[in-house]
Amino acid sequence: MNRQLVRLALVAVLLLVVLVVATTYWQAWAAGGLAARQDNAVELVSQFQVARGLILASDDKTTLAANRKVKHNGQTFYFRRYPQHGLAAQTVGYSTSALSQTGLEESLNDYLTGASTNLSNAIQRTLDRLGGATVYGDNVVLTINAGAQALAQQLLGDRCGAVVAMNPRTGAIYAMASSPTYDPNLIDKPGGYAKVLKITGACGASSALLNRATDGLFTPGSTFKMVTAAAAIDSGALTPASRFNDPGYCVEYGKHVSNAGNPDQRGPEAYGNVTLAEGFQHSINSVFCNVGKQIGAKTILDYAKRFGFYSTPPLETPANQRVPSGLYHDVKGRPVLWFPKDPATAVDPGRLAFGQFNMVATPLQMLLVASTIANGGVLPRPYIVDRVVGHDGSIVERTRPSNLGRAIKPQTAADLTQMMISVVQGGTGTAAQIPGIQVAGKTGTAETGINNVYTAWFVCFAPANDPKVAVAVVLEKQLNGFGGAVSAPIAKQILEKLLHG
Amino acid sequence: MGADALTLSYRNRELAYLVVVGVITAVGFASVYISRKSHVSAASLTYAVFFFALYLAAHVVARLTVPKADPYLLPIAGLLTAVGLTEIYRLGPSNALKQGLWVVIGVAVFSAALVGLRRDYRLLENYKYLFGLAAIGLLFMPLLPGIGQTVNGARLWIHFAGFQFQPGELGKIALIVFLAAYLREKREVLAQGRIKDWGPLLVIWGGAMLVLFATDDLGSALLYYGIFLAILYAATARFAFVAAFIVLFFAGSAAVYQGTPHVRERVINWLWPWTTHKVFCPLTGTMTLRQDCSSYQMVQSLYSIAHGGFGGTGLGAGVFANAQGQPLIPDLSTDFIYSALAQELGLIGAAAVLLIYMVFVLRGFRVSLGADDGFSKLLAAGLTFGFALQTFVIVGGILRVIPLTGITLPFVSYGGSSIIANFLVVAGLMLVSNRANSVADG
Repeated sequence: MNRQLVRLALVAVLLLVVLVVATTYWQAWAAGGLAARQDNAVELVSQFQVARGLILASDDKTTLAANRKVKHNGQTFYFRRYPQHGLAAQTVGYSTSALSQTGLEESLNDYLTGASTNLSNAIQRTLDRLGGATVYGDNVVLTINAGAQALAQQLLGDRCGAVVAMNPRTGAIYAMASSPTYDPNLIDKPGGYAKVLKITGACGASSALLNRATDGLFTPGSTFKMVTAAAAIDSGALTPASRFNDPGYCVEYGKHVSNAGNPDQRGPEAYGNVTLAEGFQHSINSVFCNVGKQIGAKTILDYAKRFGFYSTPPLETPANQRVPSGLYHDVKGRPVLWFPKDPATAVDPGRLAFGQFNMVATPLQMLLVASTIANGGVLPRPYIVDRVVGHDGSIVERTRPSNLGRAIKPQTAADLTQMMISVVQGGTGTAAQIPGIQVAGKTGTAETGINNVYTAWFVCFAPANDPKVAVAVVLEKQLNGFGGAVSAPIAKQILEKLLHG
Repeated sequence: MGADALTLSYRNRELAYLVVVGVITAVGFASVYISRKSHVSAASLTYAVFFFALYLAAHVVARLTVPKADPYLLPIAGLLTAVGLTEIYRLGPSNALKQGLWVVIGVAVFSAALVGLRRDYRLLENYKYLFGLAAIGLLFMPLLPGIGQTVNGARLWIHFAGFQFQPGELGKIALIVFLAAYLREKREVLAQGRIKDWGPLLVIWGGAMLVLFATDDLGSALLYYGIFLAILYAATARFAFVAAFIVLFFAGSAAVYQGTPHVRERVINWLWPWTTHKVFCPLTGTMTLRQDCSSYQMVQSLYSIAHGGFGGTGLGAGVFANAQGQPLIPDLSTDFIYSALAQELGLIGAAAVLLIYMVFVLRGFRVSLGADDGFSKLLAAGLTFGFALQTFVIVGGILRVIPLTGITLPFVSYGGSSIIANFLVVAGLMLVSNRANSVADG
């Protein structure tokens, strides 16, 4: 009988060996895939046992996202609270007890939960975990200036729109406001999410969750003349002194494209004999229409790409909360980025030149155009996270400013700066003047398709001779609201706040 | 004396191993205490002391009744109960108290069995039909109105005087005794293929299987089938029988799969626990993803295991409840205790626990091999194989090796009947080995 018994013993041992192999499979092989699954409640709860890192403004004091401690059956859980009740709400985002996340809360989750870290921290964390001590995530310090951010939100008020400000030399974002906004604390409350969805601004549209600064596409109107002028001068086709005759209209495809109704233009309807610089200063559409015809749509689009159009601007926020600027067309009722095969025939160069046609841009993109000009022609790489700091205060990571390459020659940038100075000194943007500081800017007042209702832009930087701050402001659906009248004053106050403190 | 000091007697070795187990138990409870001291009192450490005292008492009984029994079995049982008790304590201190009580009763039953059968356990052979009928009777008890109780769709429990008891666990022991006795007697004639001798065997075994299907106790059905095949093979050495019954098993399974939605659901949960589209959820009557419905328990248990990773979260630091304090995995301390252990102890700890089971199984078969009569061999082999198979059925079910059926993990799961039944396994193996070693040592 012993032979059978030995065989049975082998079978029994084999059964147990199978269990060891299967356990190894689930704990070593498949563990990563399971941890990433949405319905993994274990992983979800374990995230709440980590004291999530704080999100702080650049002063290292203003806390945009903090924790609320909840004790349950002897276990401590950490849930989010937002002490500023919505300062930079769309940028910071939220993280709820159902682990629904947006904004930096989503994209920086690995830092905030301490999952992404260096080796010495990892060992310390493992020891903490085994000892049952609280595990702390890393804190994140943003480049956001709390004062400027609060002012931007206050100035926007209930008007729909966005304000973005950055250091044009480094790309550090000082303010990123989007209106209407919401209180992220609401999201985690019963029925709160539905309430947030119903928030409406003065424009009637809701989408308070949308970060209009990076995810909102607006017709740039005359602010796009910065790109057109840069293309004309940098390509050598024209100089700021190149002369144009403005009869009050420009002829395209045998039809008049009239200045009349260009809300951005200041002064007479027909300027007569002017230079390119004067055309820029007074935002004369017929001049730019002729510039567009002369250099062609392809050149304009090529330069637009150098300024970052047609690619999603890099930033630490989730990629699905940023969109590329450029020509869009409808595909099955949805706007889709359009790459015309032959721009010379497919694109109307005159209207493109003054930022109408199918051109749309995010406020961040237009800010990048101004910042490139301010930065001597080099496109700065925007960033919003200054540093990631461990719970013990050690620096885990610090952002080093970099750039996305040269867009235009330094001389072109200098010429454009001069032209932008004249806009504020005696053109369409005089409302942005600051005593003692030279401001360079460009207005934009884009048609919305509804009479006398405009998208009002102002994009600027200062001081013009040594740029420290660049600002872009956009306001949606402004009745008789021109960029120079409604947006420039906001930009001015943001500049003052950031330059004077 | 000098020679004796070098080769310790069986019982002195057992005592030494028990001391080691006692130390491990103390470390385990201390670990839980340290990580959960916010709501666990220092008095919890007395568990380890109490536990050690209890096993010391069992050891003394063994010393008096079965001095030459295998010295590994009792310490391994102690270690496994300690692992279980520590984890149960960590999951819910109130359950640990009850489990501790069951261990006391288990040790008492163990002692009673040793004392009662110390002269010759082989007299059990004479009552084989009684054991066979007892197995069916015990399995049948939960179906009786009044004391029977349905838990999780299976009617496996009896309930009286505030106690829940799963008599099927004891039925397993009774059936093993019957099979060992009957097959010892009839092995030659069965091997030759005399049809009439199959009668009593098939009546009793078949009766047990029928009751198991009536109570929807699929795990035990699988276990009983496996034990039957193992003892049949050991007794007759006819692989053809085994093959025939395995064919019968698959044919029967296919029929059961077709006929019972309960079984079909288990198999579907096993093969496709995750769906990407919504399927009908019989629990709520709505369309949901399967991982949110019928396979929820199994899927969350896998997440729990995966979360443990290589080193585990550490005792007391695992994640078993959501932020509102509700348990994430139903039946964690009973059927699913392995996924709790695997999360807190990690691959290292879980593999160590499985290796402890392996050592127990190897000792059990050693006892079987060392016995000098057919009944003892079959009894020891049946008890040991059943022990191994039970471990495989529940842990394999949790690990998706086989479809999940809820049975207990020997010595570790929370539950009194399981503890008592497994103490009887240890008692049986110790009785057999005591006799074999006494004969061998003269």
